[in-house]
Amino acid sequence: MSQTPGRIVIIGAGQAGAQAAYSLRQGGYRGAVTLLGDEPQPPYQRPPLSKGYLKGELETERLFLKPLSYYPEHEIELLTGRAAAEIDPAARTVSLQGGLRLAWDQLIIATGARPRRLAVPGASLPGILELRTLADVDRLRASLFPGARLVIVGAGYIGLEAAAVASQLGVKVSVLEAMPQVLSRVAGPEIAAFYADVHRAAGVEIHTGARLEAFEGEGQVAGARLEGGEVIPADIVLLGVGVLPNMELAEAAGLACGNGVRVDSQMRTSHPDVYAIGDVAWRPLVHYGREGRLESVHNAIEGGKLASASILGQTPPAPEAPWFWSDQFDLKLQTAGLWTGADMRIVRGEPATRRFSVFYLKDSKVIAVDAVNAPPDYLVGKKLVAAQAAVAPGDLADTSLSMKDIGARALTP
Amino acid sequence: MPKITYIDASGAERTVEGKTGMTVMETAIKHTIPGIDADCGGACACATCHVYVDAAFLDKVGKPSAMEQSMLDFAENVKGNSRLSCQIKIRDDLEGLRVTTPESQH
Repeated sequence: MSQTPGRIVIIGAGQAGAQAAYSLRQGGYRGAVTLLGDEPQPPYQRPPLSKGYLKGELETERLFLKPLSYYPEHEIELLTGRAAAEIDPAARTVSLQGGLRLAWDQLIIATGARPRRLAVPGASLPGILELRTLADVDRLRASLFPGARLVIVGAGYIGLEAAAVASQLGVKVSVLEAMPQVLSRVAGPEIAAFYADVHRAAGVEIHTGARLEAFEGEGQVAGARLEGGEVIPADIVLLGVGVLPNMELAEAAGLACGNGVRVDSQMRTSHPDVYAIGDVAWRPLVHYGREGRLESVHNAIEGGKLASASILGQTPPAPEAPWFWSDQFDLKLQTAGLWTGADMRIVRGEPATRRFSVFYLKDSKVIAVDAVNAPPDYLVGKKLVAAQAAVAPGDLADTSLSMKDIGARALTP
Repeated sequence: MPKITYIDASGAERTVEGKTGMTVMETAIKHTIPGIDADCGGACACATCHVYVDAAFLDKVGKPSAMEQSMLDFAENVKGNSRLSCQIKIRDDLEGLRVTTPESQH
């Protein structure tokens, strides 16, 4: 490698920031790498927080992305429990809260996102929790005992995964969703209807079209009041109403921001030596000809690899179609692509069998797939999305054709 | 504490101590064994922890579940002894288990 050893600072030790550090070392970077995290733990996986970890099936250490010994062995300076206070792009420094100032040749912003709060009366009552960090989940888990009443605001993946776990723990769960269907931001109506039915069958109360007016309680949340006056009693409330990008440091440093820190296809911000990756990045979505923020493991890993490749002047990995999964009860939902803008939906298989998928098409091309307990549909669908392949809708719906054959037919030039 | 040996595509061997109940994938991550990506962290959602199980251990390790098998059906360079290492739980009787990692997980 030709470059002289330099110094890279990574702000944020979530999956994206950690991946950037790992990829830099794997790619042969010889300079100093500092990985700065504001949580006390070393980099860990977040997906299990609303799944197995919430259920109590995993010890904390099993969430760690690498053993603690990895960091010194690979000369990655891991500073945990430390937050960045200011980026000075001209002086090429980052100041930490508490005073320390770090110099960098390249900076990677991986500050993630934070749960959105609600501006309703009572929103700051104790007992209203969120689910983003290990500390959040430890608090939540301590309140999930049989017979407790949990009100979840928001029926996205976080809300529904938590609902599934809590109901399996014997908690009485009510989910409030402002939209007319669950999962409205992330999935089509067939998937939404299926999951709403699954949850209701498991005893979860789901209120769609629910307008939350206030939280009630004296010194501790006791209920959620809906428009019209109905009060859903609660011992504990979990907010799962989306996240906001942590882009304030970048904005204050004068970096171009939209709904996140704007980056190019190499994850480079408006400053040539500053990158932004993970949940905070407003990035080109190459399969869709637009830009957006993605909140997923795929996006975190890919961003880390892309930023590292760009810094090292190496060939970047080919962009993957966005992918995601959600575990609820005995169901594994696997998603590839983004369904927004679909003009046709094809259901493959029978939802009643708890094994089916929905393909989302736009201009006859597959733009996304949601597969429930159906890995072939997901895996072939992911390839179709990546290739922006046109597929005959009749083929997708025909379960006498295997996904392998459908894929071969659509992907053979 | 059963010992597990990971062999990479070039034939280099690394033997580490596994822990009963942990998976072969987690053990690899814990010991920074190259060649296993495990992007999804063990949720059987990404097929990037593919390994080949040594013939002598195939029966003991057992058959993949339907979910795992259908993930494997679409992985690259799959053979008869392919498994997803996140789905193999370590047991005492797997002492000495040998698995080989493929050239690439993608």
